[in-house]
Amino acid sequence: MKDKAEVWQGTLALMVLKTIETIGPIHGYAIARRIEQTSGDRLILNYGTLYPALLKLELEGSIVSEWGVSENNRKAKFYKLTRAGRKQLAGATRNWEETTSILARFLAPDQGPA
Amino acid sequence: MRAVRLLLARLAGVRPNGNRVRELDDELESHLQFHIDDNIRAGMTPQQARREAVLKLGGIEPVKEAYRDAGSVPFMEHLLQDIKFSVRQLRKNSGFTTTAILMLALGMCASVAIFAFVDGALIKPLPYKDPARLVGVFESVQMFPQSNLSWDDYKDWKRLNTVFSSLEVYNRNGYALTTPTGVEPVGGVRVSDGFFRTLGVHPIRGRDFYEGEDSASAVRTVMLSYGAWQKRFGGSDSAIGQAVVLDGHPYVIIGVLPREFHFSPAGQREFWMPLHPESECDLRRSCHSLFGVGRLKDGVTVGAALANLTSIAQQLEKQYPGSNTGQGAAVAPLTEVIVGNIRPILLLLLFGSALLLLIAAVNVAGLLLVRSETRKREIAVRTALGASVGRIFSQFVTEGLVLVVAGSAIGITGAAWAIQLLTKLIPADMLANMPLLQDLELMNVRVLGFAGVIAVSALVLFALTPAIRLSSPDVRGGLAEGSRGSAGTVWNRLGGKLVVLELAVAVVLLVGAGLLGKSVYQLLHVELGFQPERLLTIGLAAPKPSYGKDALQIALGRQIIHKFEAMPGVTGAGIASNGVPLDGNGNTTWFRVLGRPWHGEHNETPERDVSANYFTVLGARLMRGRFFDESEDATKPKVAIINRAFARKHFPDEDPIGKQISGLSTPPVPIEIVGLIEDLREGELDAAIPPVLYMPFNQNPDRYFSLVVRTSQAGSQMLPSLAAAIREINSEIVTNAGTGMEDKISDSPSAYMHRSAAWLVGAFAALALLLGVIGLYGVVAYSVSQRTREIGVRMALGAQAGGVYRMILGEAGRLAATGIGVGLVCSVAAASLMSSLLFGVRSWDVPTLAGVAVLLGLAAMLASFIPARRAASVNPVEALRAE
Repeated sequence: MKDKAEVWQGTLALMVLKTIETIGPIHGYAIARRIEQTSGDRLILNYGTLYPALLKLELEGSIVSEWGVSENNRKAKFYKLTRAGRKQLAGATRNWEETTSILARFLAPDQGPA
Repeated sequence: MRAVRLLLARLAGVRPNGNRVRELDDELESHLQFHIDDNIRAGMTPQQARREAVLKLGGIEPVKEAYRDAGSVPFMEHLLQDIKFSVRQLRKNSGFTTTAILMLALGMCASVAIFAFVDGALIKPLPYKDPARLVGVFESVQMFPQSNLSWDDYKDWKRLNTVFSSLEVYNRNGYALTTPTGVEPVGGVRVSDGFFRTLGVHPIRGRDFYEGEDSASAVRTVMLSYGAWQKRFGGSDSAIGQAVVLDGHPYVIIGVLPREFHFSPAGQREFWMPLHPESECDLRRSCHSLFGVGRLKDGVTVGAALANLTSIAQQLEKQYPGSNTGQGAAVAPLTEVIVGNIRPILLLLLFGSALLLLIAAVNVAGLLLVRSETRKREIAVRTALGASVGRIFSQFVTEGLVLVVAGSAIGITGAAWAIQLLTKLIPADMLANMPLLQDLELMNVRVLGFAGVIAVSALVLFALTPAIRLSSPDVRGGLAEGSRGSAGTVWNRLGGKLVVLELAVAVVLLVGAGLLGKSVYQLLHVELGFQPERLLTIGLAAPKPSYGKDALQIALGRQIIHKFEAMPGVTGAGIASNGVPLDGNGNTTWFRVLGRPWHGEHNETPERDVSANYFTVLGARLMRGRFFDESEDATKPKVAIINRAFARKHFPDEDPIGKQISGLSTPPVPIEIVGLIEDLREGELDAAIPPVLYMPFNQNPDRYFSLVVRTSQAGSQMLPSLAAAIREINSEIVTNAGTGMEDKISDSPSAYMHRSAAWLVGAFAALALLLGVIGLYGVVAYSVSQRTREIGVRMALGAQAGGVYRMILGEAGRLAATGIGVGLVCSVAAASLMSSLLFGVRSWDVPTLAGVAVLLGLAAMLASFIPARRAASVNPVEALRAE
């Protein structure tokens, strides 16, 4: 278990948004499972932190929620992306790529202009 | 943008949303179900499945908490909780809450209302351009440090001074306005042409006076006050260019003054016209009838202006010794001229209301102390359960805040109402002369700021009192401590000090009220030198065309007296020109005593010209010599009567009867002193009586004079028929409304000022007494309730009821005696500060001090008797069982 990573601060929202974008309307438990699966079970997610994050995104207007019924006939709250959420996701994705590419240059051994 | 939306949504979320919480429950439940399904599919037992799911979620309650915090602002939510808790606590204890809020509101109401007056009169800048540079300019003589200017002196001062950017004069005047229904007396002000420019006031219609418009040769023009424009022309623009006839001369209306314009030294007057120097007085350098107002150049101080004018005055003294000997100069800030006389009273009232506020605040603080005492256990429990010091302190702050907000709201509302009431209580004609007090604003920055400072100070006091008390170490033991016997003593010591403070302040206010009340009594019972009962007075102005000659004026006087004396209900009538008693000093004259060396100096003394029977009608007392005779007119030798002050000043060791004085003419015209009367109260009730020279009206007649009429019935209902009788003689004579002499005394500015100050301070003192006594009662009653067991033990051991009484009353008596003692010392100090407002009573007036001490002592005994009786009737068995 030791090599499993905790979710970094601030990245949870991005993962949630991306998950919702990919799957479409989806409920909280499914989002949690999907994030774990996508990470190849390398991330451990405290499910309890998911709901405050969802509420925050909803208050920001990035997602909206609606009660519905799941494929196995259980009542659940489904989240989907708003247009603002899509924009936010695009922006955040760009930022993230920028950040990682910069970090990659820093961390890559001896490839920068000498 | 997103941050703003989030904040708004969160703030909305501060109000806990039951819906959202319920939804979260549902959502978590559905989440668990999904997880349990998965777990069971993976082969767990249902119990294992549920346990694992909840564990993975991190517990349901923490999630909810995090969820709530994400959806709102935690600090705000705590505050709301605190407020809700405070309101609940305060409501549970409604007696305490009501008392505390009302006390605070009372103190707030009194001080804010008085402050609004202080603000209106003393703080708010005068409504002129750069008012700090405006000064009142006067000549100065020995008798009147601030006296009028003559037109010639004014012109020289204006020409020669180097300190004013402009120097103007004004002069109040009465006019007879011709209206379709006859003549009507109206008020006017003659001003030099730059008067309004100097004040920085611009007409709202028409134009200002142009330069040179105040010369005698210019066309007569007039500016209307806003009130006159509305009243006489319905606010019509066509008023400009029309003419009004004043004293028989047409004046062209050229402008209208703004509605908010006022200039209280000249009063609220309808007509403002350029000063055409044409009367005998205007053209004589020695006739002083004008007041000056100047605008200082930048950087020039009042002192520098005075020095400059003084040197000019000295120059004029040398140049015109006949008219200007002894004529100096005086300069004072215009604010001083306008509000100088009411400043001490307003400051006194502000001080009084501040003391009342102090008592109220101390009382509330005392109540909070008692409450914190009873809440020690609650606080101890909360601390034990993990409440942080900060959180408990914030609870006190919140409770204080709730009290202060409620108290301030009531207090400020009350203040708005009190301002209205107090303004209404000022007589209309007096208020007309105090325009600064007419439009008091409650809602201006200064007044609200003042209220805010009070509120914040009260909040600090109310929050700190219980906090300091409860942070002391013995509270920490509060949970363990079973008995309350010992803890009360700490509070008793502090509470006792507060009560001493309250009682001392109450003493100061009571003594102040007592001294002011006594001053009013002394003022209204001051020796007048005449009988004011059933005495009426009415003034008139006879038109110049019909009554220009001396003989005609004398004839008019005789005619009116005959007519009056023939009226049923009139027992006597007399004439005085230059004013009747209480009118003030009026005109003065210069004289010399014949037979003594004279070097051109000006002995100045007020002069009254009176008919033969004037003194008899007044009921004045003749000390020596005789009164005038009706036959003494210009054909007979000149005679005079002097008052006692005159004799004391000018004939200290001689018999004045038979002595001769003279005006300053060459050769001298002798005037023989034929009578000496007891001083008549010629000026304000509280002013010293100056030396006065009385001369026969028939030797110095005038078109303007007053009548004094003694009636057989009390009341002033004869005044209209007196006015009508005068108009029957000639319909062009204008009269004033007249007044009863007793009303004149009680409505005189000094009586009014003293009386209103006494009433207001008296009201503050009564409230202070009440609050102080309530405070004492609170302390004693609380002390008794804390000591029930101790008293029970004492009684079980054989103490008698009398002993218990003695113990409780003794304790209260010590507090009361200390408070009264400290208060008496402070009040002598305070009273000496207000000695300028006292009349006929010293600041250490023993009967007042003793009376206050006895009153407060009795009230204190009464307040402590009730709890003492409760203590004495304690049943020892029950008291011991109670704990």
